[in-house]
Amino acid sequence: MTRALNMKDAINEALRQAMESDERVVLLGEDIAGGAGRDDAYPEAADAWGGPFGVTKGLLPLFGRRRVIDTAIAETGFIGASIGMALAGLRPVAEIMYVDFLGTSFDQLLNQAAKLRYVYGGKMSVPMVVRTVTGAGFRAAAEHSQTLYSLFTHVPGLKVVAPAFPDDAKGLLLSAIDDPDPVIFMEHKRLYMRTGDVPVEAKRVPLGQARICRQGSDVTIVGIQKMVHTALDAANLLATDGIEAEVIDPRTYSPLDSDAILNSVGQTHRLVVVDESYPRCSLASDIAALVAEHGFSDLRAPIRRVTAPHTPVPFSPVLEDAFVPQPADVSAAVHELMKL
Amino acid sequence: MEQLDRATLFDLWTRMVRIRRFEERISELKAADVLPGYTHTYSGEEAVACGVIPLLLGDDWITSTYRNHGHAIARGVPLAAIASEVYGKADGICGGKGGSMHAVDQSLRIIGGMGIVAGGLPIATGAAFASAFLGGTQVAVAFFGDGAVHQGAWHEALDFAAMFRAPVLFVCENNLYAEATAVDYHLRCQSVAEMAGPYGIKAATVDGMNLFEVRSVAVEAIDRARRGGGPFLLEAKTYRYGGQYEGDTQTYKPPKEVEYWRARDPLLAFREKVISGGEVTADSLDEIDTEVRAEIDGAFRHAEEAEWPELTSLVTDVYTTYPEETPTR
Repeated sequence: MTRALNMKDAINEALRQAMESDERVVLLGEDIAGGAGRDDAYPEAADAWGGPFGVTKGLLPLFGRRRVIDTAIAETGFIGASIGMALAGLRPVAEIMYVDFLGTSFDQLLNQAAKLRYVYGGKMSVPMVVRTVTGAGFRAAAEHSQTLYSLFTHVPGLKVVAPAFPDDAKGLLLSAIDDPDPVIFMEHKRLYMRTGDVPVEAKRVPLGQARICRQGSDVTIVGIQKMVHTALDAANLLATDGIEAEVIDPRTYSPLDSDAILNSVGQTHRLVVVDESYPRCSLASDIAALVAEHGFSDLRAPIRRVTAPHTPVPFSPVLEDAFVPQPADVSAAVHELMKL
Repeated sequence: MEQLDRATLFDLWTRMVRIRRFEERISELKAADVLPGYTHTYSGEEAVACGVIPLLLGDDWITSTYRNHGHAIARGVPLAAIASEVYGKADGICGGKGGSMHAVDQSLRIIGGMGIVAGGLPIATGAAFASAFLGGTQVAVAFFGDGAVHQGAWHEALDFAAMFRAPVLFVCENNLYAEATAVDYHLRCQSVAEMAGPYGIKAATVDGMNLFEVRSVAVEAIDRARRGGGPFLLEAKTYRYGGQYEGDTQTYKPPKEVEYWRARDPLLAFREKVISGGEVTADSLDEIDTEVRAEIDGAFRHAEEAEWPELTSLVTDVYTTYPEETPTR
């Protein structure tokens, strides 16, 4: 059974169901409830925020401060503590308020969480999830708007998940919490209010399986998180010109469903990758390299990457709108390929 | 305590009122959904910026935070340039690239309104270090909130400053909240000031609602740093009238607490003190307030009418120099 939920509520439901079914699941982060230090004497203060976007709101009354832990503004501390908690038998789900803030805790992820299993010969595993918020479109400027998918995908030992639809957000988060390895779970701030049908039950979506969002025979468009929707909008534009695009959402970047992309390009013979990130060493580049290496003989035209420019995210609304790839940019790229 | 002449008192009052009226306008415009992005207002904390910044010389350094309008205004960044930046207009102080969280001016030696908590502490320390290294007498001031003391950057900045006796003044604006979390929960020692001791850094806690108290400690700390005495930590106990950001409903603040702090308003306290001391009249302060309101109107009218940035500016300013790397074939 399903019903319409927005992505924010779908994530909240996944967390609630995971916490209900497994006592070991604990949440920690900055103001994931809010009101700590006041709600003992002033109960109205409790759960003031539920995180900056209200994603975790309502979990404090259900599970209490023992399992919904407001930390200090100390990312290195609580990400590192999550590693230790995971090693000692808990299932921590940490929230980094914006992916940009992962910079302050990167050592614990890059050199500890990601490496422990390998360095110690497969004797350890670190079952932790780091939920974090990505993306431009909030006029939040250079330090609150990045995506940084490739930074984490680059690191062996980390798994990287970035849903574009509410049902995937729920199903993938449940899988991420089950997963024995550290998972970076990325939530795009501009997708939180997007609704879709979401299963009522705790239905898992496995990591490493792409979603074919639209079928088409003329060109494959791979969208990265929010750009899946940009790709779908572009596909609608292209359909009015008689061009049928297949739109693929990889859903997880590590592991990556290489076959889904290569099989599609085998049918369409053309590839466009749309990524809101900076272009250099991006997911767009990674997927382009995959197809250049393993699908070269299928291609009838060069691969095109449609990305943001190699520049930080600007504040000014007019500049930020120009920074983020638009459907018209994608359809223009496809039209160019169709001429070749 | 030093005796301040009338001109100085008027100057300090002007700066505090400018900040308050500017931030009131920001709140109104944000509530009306006119302004883009995140804004963090400084109302309630004016006595801290205005107790410290006017003591600095033109070539001293400042680092600020995302709650930076107060520091920028106290330092004399033109109101219209800040207002334009908050809108994202071309003639904003950063050309519209930074917005409210980064609306500071390097030409006035404010080297950052950092979007990341505690991001400015090591940078101010480095600027202070460079001044001493180059044989100068400039000092640096790093403003930060109580939430910042949990960051590694805080620890490592204090460590560096103490080790190399950098002439830096760390100013903690302890406004009782790290976002929506109360300081009595997130800090288990009595004060931020007492955290400085183990680093070998001198510190003091002052009433951050009282400009004169902030100023009297800052005068000595700055003078001491300038003479090679090393870093100092000034903790100013203050209160954030607005939310963590504009739009924060602040349900975590008990009404009685808000009442208590509002009654200790830094502008009100300043006003009562200077009037009762007979130095200035209420009318003269009100006159300044009226002038400031007109200034604010002008600044925001300017910002509304200003041009948007050219789209070509999207890709400029990423590097100082960079060769063309677009493939030519």
